[in-house]
Amino acid sequence: MGLIWTMIAKRLGLGLLTLFVISVIIFSATELLPGDFAKAILGQSATEETLAAFRKEIGLDLPAYQRYFNWLGGAIQGDFGTSLSGNKRPVADLIATRLGNTLFLALYAAAIAVPLSLVLGILAALYRNSIFDRAANAAALTSISFPEFFVAYILIFVLAQSGLFPSMTRMDADTTLGEGLYRAFLPALTLTLVVTAHMMRMTRAAIINLLASPYIEMARLKGINPMRVILKHALPNALAPIITVIALNLAYLITGVVVVEVVFVYPGLGQLMVDSVAKRDFPVVQAVALIFAAAYVLLNLTADVLSTLSNPRLIHRK
Amino acid sequence: MSNFTNGTGGLSRRGLLKGATALGAAGLILPASVRKAMAEPKRGGVLRIALASGNTTDSLDPATWDSTFVQSFNTARCNTLTEIAPDGTLVGELAESWEASADAVTWTFKIREGVTFHSGKAMTVDDVVASINYHRGEESKSAAKPYVDPITDIKADGQNVVITLSGGNADFPFILADYHLVVLPSADGKIDVTTTDGTGAYVLDSFEPGVSVKMSRNPNYFKSDRAWFDGIDALSIVDAAARQNALITGEVDVIDGVDLNTVSLLERAPGIKVLPVTGNQHFVFPMDTRLSPYDNNNIRQALKYGLDRDELVEKILRGFGSAGNDHPIGRGQRYFNTELEQKTYDPDKAKFYLKEAGMDSISVQLSAADAAFSGAVDSAVLYAERAAAAGINIEVVREPSDGYWDNVWMKKPFCASYWGGRPTEDLMFSVAYSAGAPWNDSFWDHARFNELLVSARSELDDDKRRQMYWEMQDICANEGGVVIPMFASYVNAHSDKVGVPEVIGTNQGLDGLRLYERWWFA
Repeated sequence: MGLIWTMIAKRLGLGLLTLFVISVIIFSATELLPGDFAKAILGQSATEETLAAFRKEIGLDLPAYQRYFNWLGGAIQGDFGTSLSGNKRPVADLIATRLGNTLFLALYAAAIAVPLSLVLGILAALYRNSIFDRAANAAALTSISFPEFFVAYILIFVLAQSGLFPSMTRMDADTTLGEGLYRAFLPALTLTLVVTAHMMRMTRAAIINLLASPYIEMARLKGINPMRVILKHALPNALAPIITVIALNLAYLITGVVVVEVVFVYPGLGQLMVDSVAKRDFPVVQAVALIFAAAYVLLNLTADVLSTLSNPRLIHRK
Repeated sequence: MSNFTNGTGGLSRRGLLKGATALGAAGLILPASVRKAMAEPKRGGVLRIALASGNTTDSLDPATWDSTFVQSFNTARCNTLTEIAPDGTLVGELAESWEASADAVTWTFKIREGVTFHSGKAMTVDDVVASINYHRGEESKSAAKPYVDPITDIKADGQNVVITLSGGNADFPFILADYHLVVLPSADGKIDVTTTDGTGAYVLDSFEPGVSVKMSRNPNYFKSDRAWFDGIDALSIVDAAARQNALITGEVDVIDGVDLNTVSLLERAPGIKVLPVTGNQHFVFPMDTRLSPYDNNNIRQALKYGLDRDELVEKILRGFGSAGNDHPIGRGQRYFNTELEQKTYDPDKAKFYLKEAGMDSISVQLSAADAAFSGAVDSAVLYAERAAAAGINIEVVREPSDGYWDNVWMKKPFCASYWGGRPTEDLMFSVAYSAGAPWNDSFWDHARFNELLVSARSELDDDKRRQMYWEMQDICANEGGVVIPMFASYVNAHSDKVGVPEVIGTNQGLDGLRLYERWWFA
């Protein structure tokens, strides 16, 4: 077990380094973009004088490296600064509710998609090349092949215009869990349709791969029923690739759902990120980018730890 | 963008100098029979509205209000000194009346008494002075700074505010109706720009930038014939399809920015009405008149005749607009030149002007992105198709929308842009056509035009002013550096449960930004 802890510690250290590098890249990238916050806000109506006054007020007149180190100094102490917009809202406040919303939607979608794709994948492996297998594959591939917004519009057309579910997802402080689940059903379903194919096909492929191994042959010869062969003998050995794919898809659910957010008017991090980039609100861009990066780092780490744990050969290495 | 425009109707000389106080003026101009047929406004209900604008960087600071979303809810939260009535005339809001000196340099505004902020604090003359001063001076970052720059002095005098200008301006009270220039509570001559306080029809309950705003009616509002809704629940829905879905499924009652490509489908939906409002918003292709070949007026005329305006209105605006005539004054404005010949697509004339310039054909580049206006790239492509018949080869350069105002507008010699219009002829011409103005996007410098602009500004005789503005429109259309293909309507849609006034403000979208206090539930 000691091995695992060393690995976690090492990976977390590397993760921190990754986050630092990402913050430098993101900062330089926002610097490279044409225009700045003052220009983005004042837009067509900006004059040189008003721009200068605006930049001075929000500290954009300082040189870039100085602004970066000011930000970094704060970030190390857990202060991510304030948004450049006139509200002077701390970035942490701005992000808190939206992060909650994003995690809620990601978990909601994952809670449907992960069991669904595992079950479908296992059944498809069990009845491979049957009509069920082909139908499940075709359906999953169809839904992943359409762009997200198209899936979303189809669902709205079928399920929202008939009045079954709301076409937009309003979440505020006093939304109860039940209500939240009802309102967020369509975006969660859209995401489910988008991510299921990947996980399901990986499950199916990983299991089928193993079914050709001699020890499965042995289990079959012993007369164990096929379902038991798959669940008891094949699945534990197929876990590693499945876990990796699930982790990747979870990370996608956290970071890549801006299109779904826009279509369902869901106030999540994606929309915040896009808005902030468009307006060059760099403290917010930084914070959101770091959250996204952290999600990838942590989920990958979790996947690696779980894969290691699922493989006795890796734990009991000599 | 900072766009405020004017609608129909005129301001009489007496009205100009005295300032009308009748808030119901718009209703009074209708014949009695029409008024009876209209549903009477009544109180009640929470208006749910979805707007196409709104951004997570929106703030309560009046210097930065850049989209309809912030402009409209802050117009409901706060008041300005004057208000542009739905018929385009100017009426008093926080100012009861006003008077000008004979040269229109010194203006005295009598401030309404007994108005309180939502917090209970009485609104004073000092608040008015501090609120306007916020947009003035070296430190100002306000988008309204150019409007208040001509103010050389502003001071309180009893219940009056006396404003001195650097030069005569007969239209000055119109400027004070700009949505930036709201009155906020002040302390020691400074306003607090983060306050949620205001004197307006609705009290701000919650504001989540880029998401939503919730407001409830101000029980102490000083206008008794306004603010019919109990509350406002405004949502920012940027995606046009999502916005229209929200209306169709009954999640909201009103939407703005209807997608013109699917408007016919929306019209067919039961219980939904599409409401186009002809405004002064117009789309433009400015040319840099300092550079060759655009410094030659024959080339400019050729480019103006090589454009099929009617086709653009039909295909890009789906008929929700009208053809422009290369000057920025809208049909509804006071001094619109009704006798100026409307330019039409005429390849022969375009060829003639090319020949005058000593050329058989010409190649130019036109930069466009949909940031300029929705459909700008398509418009440029159509323009290129039609102009080719006249020997004008336009190469459409597709620019990124991101950073368009930084890198393309006023940088590239020929590009696409838009103006929301301004409430007065003077402001529109001053902002975008006078020599040396920071937003003169054609870098145009016409001696006669500039001279007329200054003399018309302080001219109090209506006929003489009209004559001057008519001549200026003529000069602008035939010698100016901007191709103005079309004026676009604001297209909103609402459920039939919503009561809509007979006359709707055209100076900006959303009933002159005052939908929240002017509309009701039928």
